[in-house]
Amino acid sequence: MTDVRTDFTDIRARLANQEGPAYWRSLDEIADTDEFQLFLQREFPRQAAPLENGLQRRDFLKLLGASMALAGLSACARPPQAHEKIVPYVRQPDQITPGRPLFFATAVTYGGYAEGVLAESHQGRPTKLEGNPDHPASLGATSATTQALVLSLYDPDRAQDVRRGDEPSSWEAFYDALQGALGSADQGAGLAILTENVTSPTMAAQLQAVLEANPQARWYQYDPLHSDGALEGARLAFGTDVTPIYDFSQADVVVSLGADFMDRGPARLAYARAFADRRRLHTVRDADTMNRLYQLEASPSVTGTLADHRVALKPSDLAAAAAALAGELGAGGSGSKPQAFSQDVWNAMLADLQANQGSSIVIAGDDQPAAVHALAHALNDALGNVGNTVRYVMPAAARPANHAAELTELVSAMNAGDVSTLLIFDANPVYTAPAALGFEQALSRVAFSAKLGQYHDETSAHVTWSLPQTHFLETWGDARAFDGTISIQQPLILPFYGGKSNVEVLDMVLGNANSSGYNLVRNYWRSTVTGSFDDFWRETVFSGVVAGSTSPVVAIGTAQAGGDLPQAAEYELSLVLDSAVMDGRFANNGWLQELPRPITKLTWDNAAFVAPATAESLGVGTGDLVRLNSGGREVTAPVWIQPGQAQGAITLQLGYGRTAAGNVGNNVGVNAYELLDLSANGTQPVTVTKVAGSHKLVSTQIHHALEGTGEARHIVRYGTVQEFRDYVANPDELSFVHPVPHLHADLYPDFQYEGYRWGMVIDQTVCTGCNACVVACQSENNIPVVGKDQVAVGREMHWIRVDSYFGGSIDEPEFFSQPMPCQQCEKAPCEPVCPVGATVHDSEGLNVMVYNRCVGTRYCSNNCPYKVRRFNWLQYAELATDATELSLANNPDVTVRSRGVMEKCTYCTQRISMARIDASNEDRRIADGEVVTACQAACPTQAIVFGDLNDPASAVARVKSSPLNYAMLEELQTFPRTSYLAKVKNPNEAVS
Amino acid sequence: MSSVTLGRKTEPLYALVAQFDTVEDIRLAAERTRKAGYTRTDAYTPFPVEGLDEDLGMRPTNLGWVVLIVGILGLLGGFFLQWWANTVYYPLNAGGKPLNSWPNWIVIMYEITILSAGLTAGIGMILRNGLPRPYHSIFNTPGFEQASRDKFFLSIEARDPKFDLVNTRAFLEALEPERVSEVER
Amino acid sequence: MALETGKVTVYPETNRVIRRGETYGSIDDRVLTPVLQGLERTPTWWWIGFGISAALLVVYIVSVVKLITTGIGIFGNNIPVAWGMPIINFVWWIGIGHAGTLISAALLLFRQPWRTTVNRFAEAMTIFAVVCAGLYPILHLGRPWVFYWLVPYPNTFGLFPQFRSPLDWDFFAIGTYFTISLIFWFIGLIPDLASLRDNARNGFQRLLYGVLSLGWNGSTKAWQRYQRAYLLLAALSFPLVLSVHSTIALDFAVAQVPGWNNTIMPPYFVAGAVFAGFAMVLILGVPLRKALKFEHLITLRHLDNAAKLMLATGMIVVYGYFIEVFIAWYSGVEAERYMIWNRMFGPHGKYFWALIFCNFVAIQPLWFRKVRQSPWALFVIALAVSVGMWLERFVIFVVSLTRDYLPSSWSDYVSTFWDWSLFIGSLGLFGTLFFVFVRLLPSIATAETKETAYHDHHHGSDAFETIRMEYYNAEETA
Repeated sequence: MTDVRTDFTDIRARLANQEGPAYWRSLDEIADTDEFQLFLQREFPRQAAPLENGLQRRDFLKLLGASMALAGLSACARPPQAHEKIVPYVRQPDQITPGRPLFFATAVTYGGYAEGVLAESHQGRPTKLEGNPDHPASLGATSATTQALVLSLYDPDRAQDVRRGDEPSSWEAFYDALQGALGSADQGAGLAILTENVTSPTMAAQLQAVLEANPQARWYQYDPLHSDGALEGARLAFGTDVTPIYDFSQADVVVSLGADFMDRGPARLAYARAFADRRRLHTVRDADTMNRLYQLEASPSVTGTLADHRVALKPSDLAAAAAALAGELGAGGSGSKPQAFSQDVWNAMLADLQANQGSSIVIAGDDQPAAVHALAHALNDALGNVGNTVRYVMPAAARPANHAAELTELVSAMNAGDVSTLLIFDANPVYTAPAALGFEQALSRVAFSAKLGQYHDETSAHVTWSLPQTHFLETWGDARAFDGTISIQQPLILPFYGGKSNVEVLDMVLGNANSSGYNLVRNYWRSTVTGSFDDFWRETVFSGVVAGSTSPVVAIGTAQAGGDLPQAAEYELSLVLDSAVMDGRFANNGWLQELPRPITKLTWDNAAFVAPATAESLGVGTGDLVRLNSGGREVTAPVWIQPGQAQGAITLQLGYGRTAAGNVGNNVGVNAYELLDLSANGTQPVTVTKVAGSHKLVSTQIHHALEGTGEARHIVRYGTVQEFRDYVANPDELSFVHPVPHLHADLYPDFQYEGYRWGMVIDQTVCTGCNACVVACQSENNIPVVGKDQVAVGREMHWIRVDSYFGGSIDEPEFFSQPMPCQQCEKAPCEPVCPVGATVHDSEGLNVMVYNRCVGTRYCSNNCPYKVRRFNWLQYAELATDATELSLANNPDVTVRSRGVMEKCTYCTQRISMARIDASNEDRRIADGEVVTACQAACPTQAIVFGDLNDPASAVARVKSSPLNYAMLEELQTFPRTSYLAKVKNPNEAVS
Repeated sequence: MSSVTLGRKTEPLYALVAQFDTVEDIRLAAERTRKAGYTRTDAYTPFPVEGLDEDLGMRPTNLGWVVLIVGILGLLGGFFLQWWANTVYYPLNAGGKPLNSWPNWIVIMYEITILSAGLTAGIGMILRNGLPRPYHSIFNTPGFEQASRDKFFLSIEARDPKFDLVNTRAFLEALEPERVSEVER
Repeated sequence: MALETGKVTVYPETNRVIRRGETYGSIDDRVLTPVLQGLERTPTWWWIGFGISAALLVVYIVSVVKLITTGIGIFGNNIPVAWGMPIINFVWWIGIGHAGTLISAALLLFRQPWRTTVNRFAEAMTIFAVVCAGLYPILHLGRPWVFYWLVPYPNTFGLFPQFRSPLDWDFFAIGTYFTISLIFWFIGLIPDLASLRDNARNGFQRLLYGVLSLGWNGSTKAWQRYQRAYLLLAALSFPLVLSVHSTIALDFAVAQVPGWNNTIMPPYFVAGAVFAGFAMVLILGVPLRKALKFEHLITLRHLDNAAKLMLATGMIVVYGYFIEVFIAWYSGVEAERYMIWNRMFGPHGKYFWALIFCNFVAIQPLWFRKVRQSPWALFVIALAVSVGMWLERFVIFVVSLTRDYLPSSWSDYVSTFWDWSLFIGSLGLFGTLFFVFVRLLPSIATAETKETAYHDHHHGSDAFETIRMEYYNAEETA
């Protein structure tokens, strides 16, 4: 499709000629070319979708609910059995109060690492996950994926029966078969166990027991979320297994070597919070303590959007830069900085690091090769950061291992016929193992193989036994956080798909057919606790963390740089975890599939990200198909032109192209595991060839031209620390916060709100655009999934969206994330135009939506300058008549909207009401911080502040008084209750 | 020009009706009839003939005043409806506008005015004309179907105090109509 | 006496309002015959036209059923383009109606005798157009079955409608417009219904027209009140011509969408409505006068005048386009300026230029009397104008919505099969009503025409006509 090619020289010229700060949405925006007009016509042939999408949508929902009718759900809401005491997080009456949710502390694990959550339970039905403030890896926040896991719990596509081959079977039958298989083996010879990364003490102990009982047995680990680079890097640097823990609260300068530390890895939430705390500024004084981030990365990341200096480097350059940096700072590296690295940024970075010895951090990303991790260790060592901003602890993993090596070992063992019995826990190796490895073929040589997982997935089709696994909300278990802190997972409901947990199945291997997870976990801990076990248990399960279980700092020697740097190639391929479906484990989660990915806003697809310059040389445009060939294996993927992508770097997300994920996740995107090479050193060379045809990529911010008059719209407002200081010095002059003179004039007197005046502030300086708020809102407010076709015609339903804008040049753009909920205008334009009074102001000034009053004229949406209203064009929500288990994830406090009515953000009015009831019962005002909106609660960086504007002491009132505060489109006189803090960056003045 | 010979009438007489061919004839006849002192008279024409009502000494209709009054009532009613509903009956804060944001009422006040006035004019005319009316003696007039086509009829009703079958007939004959007929009730 | 039947003579084209030598009777004969003649004499063109319309009406009904059962999502609407083709069609239909009211009301007040032969079918056109239009906003609701919540009574939750909403203004405006037009039309019909009654050829006609004519006998007192009422109704509906489309314009002018929020909207919409209306008058009138052999009743003079009005209003509309551009530039507001840029050169730019061609370029020939007096040329131009006015609404409503304030929420709009089926179906609804009207009711107001003829012959306007004719002929020869 040459007609979609974009003229980059022309674009650069246009941007150069822009008056004022130039903001743009996508390349095609600025490319006002005939080709682009063609592209537009080609990009939006929507007739197909809306014509029949009524049907398609229904199929979509039918499929979602295909497997089971409500009848089977009688068991769902059964409370855990009497003898299994679970402990509410907050003091509650012993019996459940109807309409009163209970919160239980438990933990979700990613790659084995725990993130503490508080699960909200309505009469025994989990509906929402919040962060656990007491948990070091959560601090009260959650990630987007965590928010979506409630939906997975009720997923009708989950494995619901024990299967022998394709035949339904029973746990008893499996147990007998297992014992048979084990009995035949001498000393467990031929027994192999494959798990993901294990941090669970209980499970570790069980595995230990199994291995002791069967000396010949082998335990392998393979987890796509695990970073071998980090492991090997530590081994290179220190010759032992240690894990670095970073203290961003002490870091004035952070150099990230491809580390998306605010969105990836087991510590993402903790790091995001600590980093943001050193960054957020309300008064000009805060500017003095603001940190500075140098982000070196191949593809734009959530963390990169906050960088003060972002350098796009392809993987080999990045490694070279790390080595050169180490050389400059006497950390044992060598070489000179790569060409792509601009000299003044390089000098500034060096200067800042040298000036901040002991108060800086060099952090390497999970995707980086061992050598880069080693260099990072060496750099921190040389800069004297160790002991100040960096500490080392024993890895949380029960058995730190190089997963690539172990998987390879297992496959060769299977091929050699040394494996007669294979037990797979969690993992889905047939899908996640590199195709080159031939795991599937090897598996066929195994006589007895069983897999425990939440879905009958790709692997299930090739094992003799496929076993249904419990969701973590149905599971008794335990897990360690990144810093070693242990959480005990408690179930909120009994498994209603008849699953068993890891520990329960492992106990079968140990010869116990029906031991309960509850007893297994308790027994393990009873053996470890001194003193009253019951007190320990209640306290631990109550708070969600085992007190004092944080790993102690270990002494380490000087860090040695070492290892091979990745070889440069014309095109370097990085296969990365998708920000929503990760390695594919969440592929069947509609909320995540429809979640507009950070920066790109792409939904329901993955794509090969290429730099504009790369696209230029390849002659491809977004949506065109390219064939990627690496190591003789090929994948054909659609191209996504990503501004800020390093030239020559190709980034493709893992987790797509699944064939047995379920009705939502099947055949979405392309399978990148085809190309995965475990032996690759951080990156793998790839050849890219354009092939005929194109694929329709659906983004919620579709491509459109911002060409034309070219004047800035002042939607995103940002400046540097210096500009902030200047502005505060003479506030009356025009500044980046108030770029145009704005007279506050209004014909009508303001309404007075005596009681509460709810308001919100969103701090763009610390917003990373990680999407946690979007899914949190979706989960809290029963927002339906509409499917790719409906998103394609612009009918996504998210009440809060994260707008993403670019600034500056297309090769080194600035990134801006702007969460956009209903602005709750005082003079709401949507209200006077509603002919039936379906949207009006309430006594607290909330812009409320009365669903059952709405006739669906949609005039309100037309008149909303922020376009935050969402309309039920079709019956998106499940009707009672065709409801599936997914309906159980609904929040009973929020109306489920029917076809033909408008809906929008309500500031979580149900939460306000709850607090109002409590307060009035106790005859007091609602305290500040008592009402926390779903988006606010989830936000890892606390970028969202909400509260009562009538209370001058409230946090929101104080933040609103910041000089950085501005109202979106204030010239329209809508007087929004939601306002924004202009984004402030802290670049090194030395950099022009 | 023909004339109908007298016969013994059993049914009570409604009127004597003269048929004319042109507007000029009927207007002249009408004027003469009025001058002659006949009061219970009327003329039937295929289209409105200007001045014929004065010729027959009819007073102008007062329909206009009725319409005016109803229109004004509609205007006030329209305002009251909106003012009352928004400030007294169910006050709501819509977009921070004052409860009685009267500029917003104007359009509906205006439309209600037009509607009420228009309905009065139309329906008023029909009712004041005694329509719908299934039967009217005038239709017994021979050749009256032409009254809607191209003929003009002048009637002097029997109940007219000055009415006398012979004299009145003679009077009408003198007007040189196309014909004069006795029309039964 | 019965109307003459059989062969109808076709009179030569004339420039007079009333052909020389026209008599009261001849008018009746010509106008009433096609209505009263038996079914077997119904001309083929009527059966064909009615058949096609009825078929399209079925399409309409199917579309409505699909809409109610599946939901508004079958259309191309989205966020931000929450109003799509149904609203375009709604305004398009409403606009068409305006010529009827203008002819019947305004021209009466301005004492334009030539209106008498065209007002009847023009008013019918108005009423049918309003019927088609009025259904759209209802069908376009998310929940059409509760449209009556716009009626001013304390309905669900004891709530009155929200009287500040221009949509509620619409509800009143269109309701009033329809009611008044209907009464006006019916009152105009009464005398003609009476003559149909008097000439009825069978029981059915006698009953039908007997009942409809309410026993009208044409007495002078009745005529006196009749004329007063008619004049009052004219005086009342003349402002409607201005108000209805102004109110609809307010739907947009009140909103703050760039390209909608424009004070020029009401007058410019009204002009556009009359413009489109006269186009439709010509689209219907030209074939009608041929089909019914009314060339001597709906004469070139009428077409000429209609064309002049079309040209005049058309140029006002063009002025509106210019002002929109000027104000957008003059305002200095980025969103407004971008809106105009997007309108002209954005992805939908071609529609803007197409409408400029249809509404500006295509009407320029109307400056020449030769064009104004060649019926089929007028017919073609009128078609172009109808298309142009539809495009104008598309450009103003949809294109403005696709790109408003926040680029992040910009989107595109693509109409769907059902958008079009509902539109084409509504043409069927209109056609069906119109053909039934042509067959069952006189397409020309006979009583009024007779009155005009009377004045023509007896009140010197004849002399005026002669002078006019000489002037024309002089021009012709020169």
